[in-house]
Amino acid sequence: MRELELYFGPQHMGMVGNMSITLKVEGDRILEAQTNPGWLHRGFEKLMEYRTWIQNFPMVCRINVIEPDSMEMVYAMGVEKLAKIEVPERANYIRTIVLELSRLSSHLFGCWAYANMLGFDTIAQWAMYHRDLVLDLFEELTGARVYHIYIWPGGVRRDLPKGFKNKVLSTLHTIGSSVPDYDATFFNNRLFYERAKQIGKITEKEAKELGATGQILRATGMKFDIRKIEPYAAYDKVDFEIPTREDGDAYSRVWLIRDEMIQSVHIVMQCLEKIPQGEVYNRIPNPFKWKVAKGEAYVRVESSRGELGLYMVSNGKDKPYRVHFRTPSYPHGLLILEKLLENASIADVGNTMISLYVVAPEIDR
Amino acid sequence: MKEKLKNGGKPSLLSPFKAIKYLFKKPVTLRYPFELKEPSMRYRGFHLNDWDKCTGCGNCADICPNEAITMQEIPEIETEPGKKNERPQIDYGRCCFCGLCIDICPPGSLRLSRDYFHIHFKTGTFNLLAKDEKIDKESFLPLDKYSVLKASLAHRKKDNEGFAPDLKYSLFEPERVPMPQVRPEERKLSFIEQVLGYSREEAKREASRCLECKLCEEACPAHLKISDYIRAIYEDRPDESLKKIFEDNPIPSICGRICMKHCEEACSLSIRGESVAVRWLKRYAADTIEDYKRTLELKPAKATSKKVAVIGAGPGGLSVAYFLRLKGHNVTVFDSLAGGGGMMRIGPPPYRLPLEAIDKDVNHIASLGVQFTFNTTVGKDILFEDIMKEYDAVYLGIGTTVNRSTRVKNSEKCLLALNFLKENKMGKGLKVGKEIIVIGGGNVALDVAREALRIQYMQYHNQKVITRTVSLEDWDEMPATEEEIEDAKAEGIQFSPGWGPKEVVLDEKGSIKGLLCMKVKSVFDEEGRFRPTFYQENETFLKGDMIIEAIGQAPDFSFIPEKLFKKLEFTERKKVKVNENGMTSIPRVFAGGDIVNLNLDAVTAIADAKSAAEGIVLYLRCSHSF
Repeated sequence: MRELELYFGPQHMGMVGNMSITLKVEGDRILEAQTNPGWLHRGFEKLMEYRTWIQNFPMVCRINVIEPDSMEMVYAMGVEKLAKIEVPERANYIRTIVLELSRLSSHLFGCWAYANMLGFDTIAQWAMYHRDLVLDLFEELTGARVYHIYIWPGGVRRDLPKGFKNKVLSTLHTIGSSVPDYDATFFNNRLFYERAKQIGKITEKEAKELGATGQILRATGMKFDIRKIEPYAAYDKVDFEIPTREDGDAYSRVWLIRDEMIQSVHIVMQCLEKIPQGEVYNRIPNPFKWKVAKGEAYVRVESSRGELGLYMVSNGKDKPYRVHFRTPSYPHGLLILEKLLENASIADVGNTMISLYVVAPEIDR
Repeated sequence: MKEKLKNGGKPSLLSPFKAIKYLFKKPVTLRYPFELKEPSMRYRGFHLNDWDKCTGCGNCADICPNEAITMQEIPEIETEPGKKNERPQIDYGRCCFCGLCIDICPPGSLRLSRDYFHIHFKTGTFNLLAKDEKIDKESFLPLDKYSVLKASLAHRKKDNEGFAPDLKYSLFEPERVPMPQVRPEERKLSFIEQVLGYSREEAKREASRCLECKLCEEACPAHLKISDYIRAIYEDRPDESLKKIFEDNPIPSICGRICMKHCEEACSLSIRGESVAVRWLKRYAADTIEDYKRTLELKPAKATSKKVAVIGAGPGGLSVAYFLRLKGHNVTVFDSLAGGGGMMRIGPPPYRLPLEAIDKDVNHIASLGVQFTFNTTVGKDILFEDIMKEYDAVYLGIGTTVNRSTRVKNSEKCLLALNFLKENKMGKGLKVGKEIIVIGGGNVALDVAREALRIQYMQYHNQKVITRTVSLEDWDEMPATEEEIEDAKAEGIQFSPGWGPKEVVLDEKGSIKGLLCMKVKSVFDEEGRFRPTFYQENETFLKGDMIIEAIGQAPDFSFIPEKLFKKLEFTERKKVKVNENGMTSIPRVFAGGDIVNLNLDAVTAIADAKSAAEGIVLYLRCSHSF
């Protein structure tokens, strides 16, 4: 049969996000796949070298549109490590709440994307609605729905508003009570099982070699979660589990998303219970004069997609000398996706891609 | 739950039909624009700016990561010290609604509203001069006149405050690094300097608070480059800092202690917090550098043949001598005292301004080649006419040296403030009374009172002594600085504000028994001029055995020959009239300081001296065309 080159994206019905894949196909079998990022390159890492430490803070969240808070967190942690700033305990708890709510909203968004891709429009709509409820909470807490610009060096920007705890609990209740419906219509749906089982299968060894983290690694059976390995914020003070699965396929990965959401809800509830009184912000020095001590730092957090790292170098000036993000989507979207698409069928491209949970702006930055 | 995680349920074909029940539920979507979602109370929408509170400092524009804010000059707004006539204009094509501008805004005038609709056909309307409903009544509408279909930057909801400034989360530090001071109980027993000065760390920390908006520089009469020299201190380069100070002020050691700090009143941080301690930082720079000469390496320009006489070695005289000397002119300073400093030498007691601090500044100016002729009273030891003959230009920095008296009955028995201060500092010292009354409410009166108190403690060890000030002005009008009043109170000075002296009461031997006072009705007239009125019947008697009058001073022009003096023109407020070059109506005679300006302080005298020095340089260069 004749070999063809097929462009999958960036303007393709099945493509979610600003990315494209060039496929070499024979019939409907893929011989070779090549991911083409670069549709959303904004040069953040370079831009950050030209902005002061505090001016970078509203910018980092834009690297990952879907889950901006882990970006803010990792930047705040990097600056705090370089400048040796202590964070008040209450702020750590608030950060944990924000990060878990953000994981929840991100996973719901992921559910929307995956369900949508497979044609489960009902579930996609539910997920979108529930995500919006979480965004309402963010709006209440931070003043914005998507780019929260809330976790900043030294703590968080404002204390919890009055009545916030009850609003969180009621939202979590609404979402939690619809878990059986999600299960019945989606996760336990035979159609989903048939479409996802054995798709995009990867072994633990391959996953490790290619730099996979997050659900992709955990779906192969490895218990790898930075919240447990190197606890940050208040993760060492709350009790939670790391769900894992053995098969390493799309089905396991999507199930992990579901299980992680349940864990997130538990973490938020515990934090709301245990949160201490006190300050939430240790004032940073005057932003017009602030120079961060010479040094370099690597900090990492567990974002909803895997290990999110930040390597930052300061040469003692008012701006960072070099910033580099290690984003989980980078290996997932480039190395692993290309590998998994070899010998796959065209019909499974979108399926595989979204089960890897790739966010294109993370790759491009 | 663990069980469930492992099993992951059982795939079924029928279970999805459970979703059918959702068909009978109400939809969760909102039918915009008939159903609107109310934004949260912290929503970060379009800006609001209170123009009355806004100082135009421009910190919002400086911190904006997207350069979305530009400061627009508004000609209708009047500028005043601490307020520029600029207001922020926001380009919503650039704004990312992060709200950093809110957290840096020192007066807290900038806020974000909960409006976020902008429906308009013209792209230019994206630029908004942020205002609020106080001054822009047309754009901010009550609910009944508001329609979301017309919502834009010019059609907004009233009372729709969103993300608000909060001092607790501000990006600037509202609190000042406390200045280490000698405790009141300890300091009132001696003339030890009250303020100890910042350490290196403290100075750096205090300097780090400055936002560099430069409102202070406009407020300072001498326009010192304050933000530059504070930045140099922050960067641990006091030598750099001192160099910056010396560009405009050659007596930082004096000014760093007693300056009236107009800058600190204008400081944008002082609106919601404490101003940057500009004066103490100047003092830090001056005190840290032990040898000005070696650090500054100032070299006078090539010598000219011109000679300038400066009468009075006060702040103004010293400054004019310094600036002229740097231009290469030969400067001689005449002063009747034994050292430089003028009123600074007599007035501020050593606990505020030690003599060493004055001499440090004066010696440096002398080291540049300025001739000082001390112990020389012009008009007595040397005639003004002779000076006029010998020198190419003359600068009058004579200040106000004659004490005013209340002229009430028996007031000749009272002491005058300057005589009292002078006698203690330079004479043999006076025997003071046990109960001293100081008449006056200004800084000099408090200097006198606090000095008198110290002498009392020395002369009447372990005995009960009282020092009290009587002033026409009530607490809120008292001309003395708040700081001085607080310090005096802490030391135990008693105050009787709102009373005017009526008569000095004597006993049969003719010595002072006390002061009879009457209640003040008002101090100033409607035009704001000093014209006190009293309730004659409402009297009180204050016991005292020594009364010192400190109610202001007047200049002494007696050294100027009558023929010349007639030519000297005065303004309505009885100040010497000078032109833009600082020259009086007598050709070749320039003037500045307390005899010219209404501020009556050292830094204004320096400002006068600076501009007069430029005038003199100009005059000497092209005197034929003057």
